[in-house]
Amino acid sequence: MLTFIVRRLLLAIPVLLGVVFVVMLTIDLLPGDAVTLMLGEHATKDAVARLREHLGLDKPFLVRYLDYVGQLARGDLGRSIQQNRPVGAELADAWPATLELTVAALLLAAAVGIAAGAASAVWPNSLFDAVARLGSLFGLSMPIFWTGLVLIVIFSLWLNWLPVGGAGSLTHLILPAVTLALPSVAMIARLTRSAVLDVLREDYVRTARAKGVGEVWVLGRHALRNALIPIITLVGLQSGQLMGGAVLTETVFAWPGLGRLMVKAIFARDYVLLQGAVLVFALAFVIINLLVDLSYGLLDPRVGRQG
Amino acid sequence: MDAWSRFRRNRLALLGLLLVAVLTLSAALAPWLAPYDPGRQSLIEKRARPGAKYILGADEFGRDILSRVIYGSRVALLVGVLSATIAVAGGLVLGMIAGFSGGWLDSLMMRGIEILLAFPYLLLALAIVAALGPGSLNTTIAVGIWGVPAVTRIVRGSVLALRETEYVGAARALGAPVWALLRRHILPNIVPGLIVYATLFMANAILLEAALSFLGLGVQPPTASWGLMVSTGRDVLLVAPHVATVPGLAIMLAVLAFNLVGDGLRDALDPRLRGS
Repeated sequence: MLTFIVRRLLLAIPVLLGVVFVVMLTIDLLPGDAVTLMLGEHATKDAVARLREHLGLDKPFLVRYLDYVGQLARGDLGRSIQQNRPVGAELADAWPATLELTVAALLLAAAVGIAAGAASAVWPNSLFDAVARLGSLFGLSMPIFWTGLVLIVIFSLWLNWLPVGGAGSLTHLILPAVTLALPSVAMIARLTRSAVLDVLREDYVRTARAKGVGEVWVLGRHALRNALIPIITLVGLQSGQLMGGAVLTETVFAWPGLGRLMVKAIFARDYVLLQGAVLVFALAFVIINLLVDLSYGLLDPRVGRQG
Repeated sequence: MDAWSRFRRNRLALLGLLLVAVLTLSAALAPWLAPYDPGRQSLIEKRARPGAKYILGADEFGRDILSRVIYGSRVALLVGVLSATIAVAGGLVLGMIAGFSGGWLDSLMMRGIEILLAFPYLLLALAIVAALGPGSLNTTIAVGIWGVPAVTRIVRGSVLALRETEYVGAARALGAPVWALLRRHILPNIVPGLIVYATLFMANAILLEAALSFLGLGVQPPTASWGLMVSTGRDVLLVAPHVATVPGLAIMLAVLAFNLVGDGLRDALDPRLRGS
């Protein structure tokens, strides 16, 4: 088990280096220059050249890439251009808020999505099923930033139940987490419905029913447990969507996390900070999918034995 | 039963098609349909509530929201269609190269694609826009590039499968040049799948354009883009909620339309996938 985890983490290194390479290359290849943006259009050529040299931008791309990777190996993410603080410190300030938001949204999406999807599968073509399927179609089509604003209008402006934005207490977390969770609820409910419907057609379910096992037990012990592998896989993949959605949700609710930091970095052309933020997101994605793979062994004993 | 009659029996897909038609008409006929010039400001009527003069109300600058929503359909459709074209064209070329070359080039390309696909979608588009700078054209390019990896993988998979079929083997044995193989035998087999993907991609492209514009990194003012309209309405959300919420409804309906049509096409073109 431990060797499996270590091997997977080692395999993640080339992926992360690839992510850094792609991001740096995109920024490098395309026009637009952080230095001119920082100094303004009327800066002298001399000043531009000096700042470029100071930031190391005068070196060729591959040299800069290798320099950055060397820095990363020493645990140094560089200094942000705008705030001139260590990027590591800026990211450390921001990531707990994003983790709180995405974990809350993921748990909510999994709980509501699996419950709704399972109920749809148990009573297919019922009124509940129709409403749930229509709801998930809308859930997939609503722009997340708009959902957030609509929820603010309803729950903060009209009902005056929850705060408009900011972070700090559980009441601050409710609206952003619900907003972020909605598209994933829809995806998970759709998949759970079809996975549970498939399992309910299996022979072992018929056998269980024939020997007189109660419906609740059939569903919990046989159907859901066997449907859980595709569902967990989707939940892991959804975490990537959630991180993208977090950028929008954090902007709407003034949530002090990585997403907002990243948008700020883009506006300021602070590419050092941007690279750091992207790296944290990519690392989180790798870790979540590692956890998903590990959970297969817990859910299905056959997976574990193969090593 | 042919694909169209299967499609026609799907009521939700027909509803989607109707919505797409409305959207297309509104984009094509915007100057005749819109009651006002989308840029016309009237500061004494700013944030006007929906009513007789402005059916959907007016925004922060007293511009007619209905007219701007109608003109916004142009931006949404244009960015959607152009970025889908970029995604399909790029993916087609890369996927065929990878599928036909095989060997180290194929493995290298696929590793690269996996890295791009492992990336949360909005973050990739953000990185591209961060490099290109904001604007309608750059948004289109960013959205298009974001779609390339998925198309590449679909095309490569089909090419690999088709390469092993007997009729392609026979054509090869007869000495058909590679491009003729591609054009005659491979391409026609990939097209249905690509049409489905492109339709569903349109839905996501409209969402992504709206999201980038909402963040201020996409289409720039004063162009009437739905995402941008939501973003300007956000500043007056608590005083005049309709400014932000009405354009969002347009985004939702457009995305819903393409999702419904895409799902319907998938069921109609590939009956094997039905039932789930």
